[in-house]
Amino acid sequence: MGKQAFDEIMGTPGDTTARPELAALGHWIEETPDAELRRRQEAAETTFRQLGITFAVYGENEAAERIIPFDIVPRVFLHDEWTRLSEGLVQRVEAINAFLNDIYGERRILKEGILPEDLVLGNAQFRPEIAGIRPPHGVWAHICGIDLVRTGPDDFFVLEDNARTPSGVSYMLENREAMLRLCPELFREFRVAAVDSYPDLLLETMKSVAPHGTGSNPTCVLLTPGHYNSAYYEHSFLADSMGIELVEAADLVVDDDIVWMRTIAGRVKVDVIYRRIDDDYLDPLVFRPDSALGVPGLIAAYAAGNVAIMNAPGNGIADDKAIYSYMPDIVKFYSGGECKLRNVETWRCREPQALKYVLDNLEDVVVKLVDGSGGYGMLVGPTASKQEIEDFRAALIAEPHRYIAQPTLALSTVPTMADGGLSPRHVDFRPFVLSGSKGVQVVPGGLTRVALKEGSLVVNSSQGGGTKDSFVLMKDQSQRMGAGGMTQTMGGMSQTLGTMLPSAGADT
Amino acid sequence: MLSRTASSLYWLGRYFERADFIARLVEATVRLDVLSSQPAGEAAWASALAVTETEEPFATLGGNLSQTEVVRFLTLDSSHPGSIVRCVDMARNNAKAVRTALTREAWTAINRAWLLFENRTIPRSTTDQMNLVEAVKTETRGFEGAVHRMLRNQTTWFIRLGQAVERADNTARLLDVKYHILLPEGERLGGAIDRDQWTTILQTVSAVTAYRWLYNDGLRPADVIDLLLARAELPRSLAASVEETVDVLNLLAKRTGNHGEADRMARMRASRMAKTRSGEVIASGLHQFLQAFIAENALLHGAIGRQFKFQ
Amino acid sequence: MRLSIDHHTIYRFTQPQGRLVQMLRLTPENTHDQTVASWRIDVDCDARLRPGRDGFGNAVTMLYAEGPVDGIEITVKGEVLTSHSDGVLRGVHETLPPALFLRATEATAHDAAIAEFAADAVVGARDRIGALHRLNRALHQQFVFDAGRPEPGLTAGAAFRKDSATPRDMAQMFAVAARSLGAPARYVSGYHHTDFEVVHFPTPHGWAEAHVDGLGWVGFDPCTGMSPEEHYVRVAMALDAAGAAPVAGSRLGEGGEELDVDVVVQRED
Repeated sequence: MGKQAFDEIMGTPGDTTARPELAALGHWIEETPDAELRRRQEAAETTFRQLGITFAVYGENEAAERIIPFDIVPRVFLHDEWTRLSEGLVQRVEAINAFLNDIYGERRILKEGILPEDLVLGNAQFRPEIAGIRPPHGVWAHICGIDLVRTGPDDFFVLEDNARTPSGVSYMLENREAMLRLCPELFREFRVAAVDSYPDLLLETMKSVAPHGTGSNPTCVLLTPGHYNSAYYEHSFLADSMGIELVEAADLVVDDDIVWMRTIAGRVKVDVIYRRIDDDYLDPLVFRPDSALGVPGLIAAYAAGNVAIMNAPGNGIADDKAIYSYMPDIVKFYSGGECKLRNVETWRCREPQALKYVLDNLEDVVVKLVDGSGGYGMLVGPTASKQEIEDFRAALIAEPHRYIAQPTLALSTVPTMADGGLSPRHVDFRPFVLSGSKGVQVVPGGLTRVALKEGSLVVNSSQGGGTKDSFVLMKDQSQRMGAGGMTQTMGGMSQTLGTMLPSAGADT
Repeated sequence: MLSRTASSLYWLGRYFERADFIARLVEATVRLDVLSSQPAGEAAWASALAVTETEEPFATLGGNLSQTEVVRFLTLDSSHPGSIVRCVDMARNNAKAVRTALTREAWTAINRAWLLFENRTIPRSTTDQMNLVEAVKTETRGFEGAVHRMLRNQTTWFIRLGQAVERADNTARLLDVKYHILLPEGERLGGAIDRDQWTTILQTVSAVTAYRWLYNDGLRPADVIDLLLARAELPRSLAASVEETVDVLNLLAKRTGNHGEADRMARMRASRMAKTRSGEVIASGLHQFLQAFIAENALLHGAIGRQFKFQ
Repeated sequence: MRLSIDHHTIYRFTQPQGRLVQMLRLTPENTHDQTVASWRIDVDCDARLRPGRDGFGNAVTMLYAEGPVDGIEITVKGEVLTSHSDGVLRGVHETLPPALFLRATEATAHDAAIAEFAADAVVGARDRIGALHRLNRALHQQFVFDAGRPEPGLTAGAAFRKDSATPRDMAQMFAVAARSLGAPARYVSGYHHTDFEVVHFPTPHGWAEAHVDGLGWVGFDPCTGMSPEEHYVRVAMALDAAGAAPVAGSRLGEGGEELDVDVVVQRED
């Protein structure tokens, strides 16, 4: 990429010093020797490996369990940046919930012609099987991961909504753990909002959506496809941190429209299921009949209002790439106000004019499969070979409705450890938004993904991306925590306790 | 606790225990074959197969009853479900499924045992073979230690329950087969071959020293049988395994309130065992006794599965 | 017309099953031209039945049986009063808009040969309803009626390449063909009475419905080349036969299963 991009720490292109609010971070970067940064980074990665924070790369054999590379330099959100971002996120997720509630119910948005009917009704992500079902408390998208990119100080764009089973939150938590341990000095310089309450908030969210009449202490479980799944670590990590059972489909039975889990002491009624398996594999009686992962009767129990499933089945229609380009209209339709978070300009190749533009400008745009994910089925025009461009041209002409295209954005960068020392690398950002019966909340932090290859815009872990910690600065930065820890004297021996960190319980 | 979790822990205990037993069996048989004054040859390896009840699958592979072939079959043959590599693999799969219930130490022992077999070539020399089984034993010992350092809760108890049930089965088979071989017609009891064979049994259950402590009368078959059958001091004896089963089931019943068929069976077996005198057993037929014991142990295994709803 | 239905579904398992969960779409509902006078579902083992509704609005019954189960017999008996309807469906609460039924499924995937057949069949038709009737008759003439049990998993496209077809395959082909013409179409399962000697059917009947603006949903039975009339009892509908299956089941246990179905529909007046 020839274009110079906005740097999250150094500021606009050409600046040689850090943004004024982040001067301390600039100093830290300058003063800490590369070798030391590298050592810390390696220490973090060793821990990740030992904990088994691995992911399996599809298409490779089982032994190919890798860790996602971790970069020691954090990306930082200023307090007011975060405030604006959160407002936009809350508005967007509220709209996603309202959209799902409408599309599987009255379908007002179709009747009023905001969305083309066939785009929804003909979309495989719209699930007629669950039409008419009202999830407990009317909440559909309990956990959303909204992928954002940034091109300038105030220019944030939504790249993709994830309203099905977004993953990556374990990295947000583990990266913070590593930073607290390895770079405690940064937390003395900056008051960083804590993220470690995420499991508590998630559990609170789960309990809040339990079906009516389940009592004050509903039984919550996390449903995983099993330990062969690439995100199994995250599943077990979350279940453990929330203190709930990590179940597989075979652990659940449905009887009399009630979901039970099989324990050594007999059946225990289950009220809320945080499922990390796809809709297709939820219930073989309703979705794929050949699914061995599913729980027969689960959808009947759900339809009867006896269990909450989060995220709700059928959510795929809300984060579908074909629907994405209409999100500003969707947000406006349900919130009544302008969409606070902008979309990336998107050409819908199903529209002849858009298709023509895209075909004429393949070298400059990013083309995506409407139903692709993980960076597969994607063309990045500026870095693609002639052959790749021609292959996509043919594919676009054959099946234009399967593609959308977007301009290549000058994604913001963050200094990142590379072979020759620190160097800017492009990043994106996935904050996590929780929706319970009491409203929507944004966890102050998220997952920053970084494209480790110079100039690359593909941040997916399966394609050589890494992660960073994401600091959200608290409002009053003047109240920095004093340097040094507490000293305790015991029987003549003095022991300096670890630095008091702004995030309570961060060392648990 | 989820039934599946309990089942995985139980099976983890059984498989790792079995891997340990086979390692010991191989080690003792190598000694018997190679190191004793009168090499036992094919008979030694045939008996090792008999103990694990794998003569038939071995025969269908068409190998001859040599040390190399049988050791390969019992340790590295991944097509043979009773080989160490398969037992370790099954143990690790079960451990993976309940990963968060285990301590890192316990997991690492299993994982290291599993890694021993990655890209392993067939151990040809006796030294290689002994090194391999020694390495397996090191990890199983490490696991045993790790389990003892884990929280004393259902997780540990289900692992120990699996170990106890497996151990009872293994020791009973060992004794049964060896006893058969040990009394070939016309062989004089107490001869040199005999002596080595009896030592093999003691080695397999790590009881050579224990035997000397408990019996100061030299190597007498009746005493060896007594030790393996009735002496609860020896962890691998039938008596000890039977007691351990009762104890662990008791702990589980106290914690979970789940008390049933398996408890009753285990307690009945223990009280019968307490009255059993090895001399009488030998007089009335050790083989019949052991066969009944193995069958009862299998029934108890079934009862445990039902009581804790493994299926 | 007063129709009595006697429908037995028998599963026999080669090994006892730990548990059974089935979703039954075996309950007809009242429409403008169909009144259910009596209806009951009985099961020959200890099972819990729960009424519900699927996403298409069909009445469903969840069946939960705890093992060991060697087999299960589901008996459906009832009487339905029907009246002349011209094949037009009235008085049904639709949960999904017609446009949804333009969608293809695995069993009713778009098929070029069927589309070509449909285009040929409707040449000369003056309007949509006329075209659909032509299509219905053309399909009827194209295939030899197969009274046997349908082949599991056979898609409409594959069925089209054969000489004979079961009602299920005919109806799925109709749906594919109608959708290729731009008409929303769906699969319907139910019962029908014929004046043939044989009254025992190996499965419930299956036909199709297509949506025509101004008229609404209209039934088409390519087995007869006509629209379903008062000798039909409509039970469930979906995008394809699997979605409207009378019994969708799941069992926990090893071994195989044998299925035996017997349907008798008699005219009472």
